[in-house]
Amino acid sequence: MANSSGSRLDESQNQETMSTDDRLKRLYPAVREEETPLPRSWSPKDKYNFIGLSQNNLRVHYKGMGKTHKDAASVRATHPIPSSCGIYYFEVKIISKGRDGYMGIGLSAQGVNMNRLPGWDKHSYGFHGDDGNSFCSSGAGQQYGPTFTTGDVIGCCVNLVEKTCFYTKNGIHLGVAFTALPPNLYPTVGLQTPGEVVEANFGQAPFIFDIEDYMKEYRMKTRMTIERFPVSDRRGEWQSTLHRIVSTYLVHHGYCSTAEAFSKVTAQPIEEDIASIKNRQKIQKLVLAGRMGEAINTTQDYYPGLLESNPNLLFTLKCRQFIEMVNGTDSEVRGLSVHSPKSRHGSGSNRSSPTMSPVHYGSSNNLHPQRTPTGSGNNSPSRSSVKGLNTQNQNLQGQTDLHRIEEEMNSVNNDNHSVNGSNSRYIDEDIEMTDGLIDERVVTNGKSDSVCMNGNSHDDYTEEMEVDCPSSKRKLCGGNQEAIGKMLQYGKGLQSMSEQLRRQFGKNDANKRALQDAFSLLAYSDPWNSPVGHQLQPVKREPVCAALNSAILESKGLQKQPPLEVAIAQATECMKLMAKAGIGSCAFASVSEYLH
Amino acid sequence: MVIGNNRQKSAVINDGLLPRLLQLMIDESVSFELRTESAVILGSVAKGTDQHIQSLIDAGCVHVLLKGIFSVHLKYVEACLRCLRSIYLSNKAPADLVYQDLAIISHLVNILSKTATTQECITSIFSSCCKTQAHQNVLYSNGMVAALAPLLNSNVYKVQMPTMKCLAVICYKNESVSHAVASATFNGEPIPSLLLRLIARNRTSEMQMAAAKCLTYLYRAGGLSAKNPIIPLKTMPTLVRMCKKDRTLEENIDGAETLAYLVEVDPELQKIASITDHVISTLAVYLKYTDVQQITSKINGKKDMDWGLEMKQAAFKAFASIGANDEDIRKKIIETENLMDHILMAMTSDNAKVQGAATRCLHSLSRSVQQLRTTFKDHSIWKPLMKLIEIGCDEVLAIASSTLCNLLLEFSPSKEDILESGAINMLCKLASKEDPALKLNGVWGLMNMAFQSEEKVKSEIVETLGSEQLFVLLSDEDPTILMKTLGLLRNLLSNKPHIDSIMNVYGTQVMQAVVFILEGDHSVDIKEQTLCILANIADGDRAKDFIMENEDVLKKLMSYMNHSNPQLQIAATYTISNLVWNEHDDAKCYHRQEKLRELGVQRLLQKLLDTPDQTLFEKVKTALQQFS
Repeated sequence: MANSSGSRLDESQNQETMSTDDRLKRLYPAVREEETPLPRSWSPKDKYNFIGLSQNNLRVHYKGMGKTHKDAASVRATHPIPSSCGIYYFEVKIISKGRDGYMGIGLSAQGVNMNRLPGWDKHSYGFHGDDGNSFCSSGAGQQYGPTFTTGDVIGCCVNLVEKTCFYTKNGIHLGVAFTALPPNLYPTVGLQTPGEVVEANFGQAPFIFDIEDYMKEYRMKTRMTIERFPVSDRRGEWQSTLHRIVSTYLVHHGYCSTAEAFSKVTAQPIEEDIASIKNRQKIQKLVLAGRMGEAINTTQDYYPGLLESNPNLLFTLKCRQFIEMVNGTDSEVRGLSVHSPKSRHGSGSNRSSPTMSPVHYGSSNNLHPQRTPTGSGNNSPSRSSVKGLNTQNQNLQGQTDLHRIEEEMNSVNNDNHSVNGSNSRYIDEDIEMTDGLIDERVVTNGKSDSVCMNGNSHDDYTEEMEVDCPSSKRKLCGGNQEAIGKMLQYGKGLQSMSEQLRRQFGKNDANKRALQDAFSLLAYSDPWNSPVGHQLQPVKREPVCAALNSAILESKGLQKQPPLEVAIAQATECMKLMAKAGIGSCAFASVSEYLH
Repeated sequence: MVIGNNRQKSAVINDGLLPRLLQLMIDESVSFELRTESAVILGSVAKGTDQHIQSLIDAGCVHVLLKGIFSVHLKYVEACLRCLRSIYLSNKAPADLVYQDLAIISHLVNILSKTATTQECITSIFSSCCKTQAHQNVLYSNGMVAALAPLLNSNVYKVQMPTMKCLAVICYKNESVSHAVASATFNGEPIPSLLLRLIARNRTSEMQMAAAKCLTYLYRAGGLSAKNPIIPLKTMPTLVRMCKKDRTLEENIDGAETLAYLVEVDPELQKIASITDHVISTLAVYLKYTDVQQITSKINGKKDMDWGLEMKQAAFKAFASIGANDEDIRKKIIETENLMDHILMAMTSDNAKVQGAATRCLHSLSRSVQQLRTTFKDHSIWKPLMKLIEIGCDEVLAIASSTLCNLLLEFSPSKEDILESGAINMLCKLASKEDPALKLNGVWGLMNMAFQSEEKVKSEIVETLGSEQLFVLLSDEDPTILMKTLGLLRNLLSNKPHIDSIMNVYGTQVMQAVVFILEGDHSVDIKEQTLCILANIADGDRAKDFIMENEDVLKKLMSYMNHSNPQLQIAATYTISNLVWNEHDDAKCYHRQEKLRELGVQRLLQKLLDTPDQTLFEKVKTALQQFS
């Protein structure tokens, strides 16, 4: 009997572990578990002998004599509570109060004596069931809450923003118990008399207390702190800084006409001349269209000497060109395919994100109504005093939206590839199709008319199912023999360039790797569905494009990264540092939340 | 032309423009644009001072505006509604005007959902002019609840807030409406869960408070059960949060008062409140506000408020509710630093609101035996209490005299002191009042006082109250008053010597009253109490004759011995047992036994030996043993 019921429980728990991850991710989105794992069970190693564990190390029972307080025994969770939780919460159900119900629930630092109840020693904190007292690193308790016993569920919440802790009993908030808590505390329980059994819920099951409601308050508070952060703007410096951030971003990515319009309105000078921006724009379009050969030539035309002084960049470009040859998109092989140059040109420009995005900027305004209610929800009088700042924030939102769109488009590209990878047409048609799809999707996305978009992709999938042909008809270099010859020839050239580079500058792992990866495409009959096939995805053009763009800008003495991206990167890094430094509010100040 | 400043508004009124504007609005031939402009100007005036609003009302503005809402031009309707809202929010306008014509109500409900403006204005108007149960019922029967539910889902703050206020006032103490509200849905979601979204912690304090108030009123009027987790786990903690230091004083007061109302009657909720988020120590801080802060409040215009007093009375009310039933909670409350001193001080304050709240708190705490013996004695609570009863207004009087009753319980050490300072006189005065609550407390106090007291006290009670008043009370319609009066009589008629001396003077009247009650249509409890009085009389020496000489009473006793209710059988048998009690082996006793035997009492008793009721059996056995 016991056995069978035990195994049934295990099964159900296995099923639940799937959702435990999701649940924990939802509760603590800012926690990066690869660095700071969350407590998920009691530690079989970090406990006193009198403690027994069962039920996936969630259930704790006492197995000592329990004669005096010297027989007290505790267990800690497997990991300390990460600061990036912001607010951390766990619940403990009292399965049985045993002989005397001397149970303590709380927190302790690593290394605190386990032959004790939580709260009795330094860096140890506990709430005890027999008297309802709280113990704050002291053998003497303080009157705190009600007693607890068999059947009760006690919750312990650590507020890492304010460094406080409160308990709950059966969902009732009992009020703050401890303040000025140190960082890196472990969930801890302690038992002292025979028969005492408790079981923990670290988030694998829904809590009785509504902790998410509590978190909402801090998310809101943190947002208010950020949005109301006072910025002195007596001479309009703040405003113009924001304008410059927008302007430089537009210029950097070659949103030429938007940049011009923006600079006209804000009287913001553009450091680079328009012609130069247009040149970069053109090169970027070519790279994003996969027409690497043309891109390299154009670069050499407009910026003579640039690639020569950047041999590693040139090598990267050429590796990409090789990949595009395999893909059948590069001009060298594309000219030999069935397609007419005209339609090819059309599809090329449609694909490139720089020209499309300004369109989105306009239509993406419909994102703002979603944001405003949260802002206007706070109707307090002090709001008017920060009005100026708010409008600035709106501006900032405007441009972050831009960034967002770019990301969105990337993901669109991703999506397309999956359609791509299994499509059953000849490669040139395929490209045409893909281009068409991107076009459509980009537009629908911009209008956030996702229903239509989904419908489209769904059709594609059904088509793929029907064909059910893994050895695709899609062929190397568009299936053209001459093109294959060219490609192989080109590969040889690339090989010798690599050797030359090594002789000249010594070993370069990145280059070596890039070349190997590119060449390994040839090892498969269907490179698109091969393990190295991801290189063929259009999205992989983007880092190449960015590197080239940065190099051009750098050569002209301009910043190789736009200030906006630097600011975002700094903010993101700052959040990580806050998490390391134990500053809990980083949990509620997600940079990406502002970008979305 | 819209006027922004108050001086210009006064000028408009003084120049006699109001009648002219109203004339324009009534005139159907005037273009609706011009009429709209007129309404807008009135609306602007209505945003002025109280005097401005009074002038508008005096000019008959409300009537014209209520007519205006029937116009087909939405702009004009909105302008009228805005003006009406401003007028009604001032609480100066007579609410009845809206209800005089049912067509107005149903029209307002009909156009409620049209635009954000109609939503905001109409909910605001009703939230401040739904004042009686009749108003609530009229609004409900005109479909108000169904019209309000969708507005909770609105994303316009200015609509959500008055919608919740409106819901709160139509539910307040109205059982049928709150049942309807609790079960009404929008998009399949019941109103309570819509409110749960608005009580979330990322909402503004104001909104959380409004939602909590709605839920509180819903629960108190019976729409929601106290066991519904929404009440203890959402509404309660929200109210307690409103009591915290980081909220405004207004929210502190509102939070504590609403909490007091929430937990007032349910012992389980009181228990939960007592452990929720340190509420007792949070409220204790309220008592420390002593400085009069002159903050202009939004609601009360420029009136200065004594925040210290407001905070104190709110805390007292909350303490009174939370400590109403549980000894441990009372102990926790009393342990609050200097609470008793604060209560004493507040009782002698000249602010009736604070006096009342403090006395309510004291009353709640006086239900504790232990506190009566300790804290109450230490602080000589009875002194200010007696003073309050002497001079206090009627509202305070009821609660104060009720507290005094508790202080007169036999185990209370204050009993003697109170007696010595003229309590009998005071209680007798109360017992002669018209107000049933005061009358009850007077009799109750006297009853407690007469319990096991000296003969001197007893006769003083009878003399002061006057036998006439005593018998008036015995014919009172209110069963609780009658019950306590019987209790008083029973306490007076205890101990042989006392029984005889009182019966000696008032015997005939007492017997009359007893017969009167036994013949009347009364509850079992009252009849039992009356039979117990007879039993006490039968315990006297000479007093026994009053029963023996009254064959009518003896027959009644016999019929009660045959009653279907064992409680009454026991009481009647006990009386007989006292009558036949043979102590001194005297002739009189044999006489009585003989007479009762003749009447068939002994046979009756023998028959009763078959009773399944153990207590009755014992009594019957004892009585039979007395027969020689």
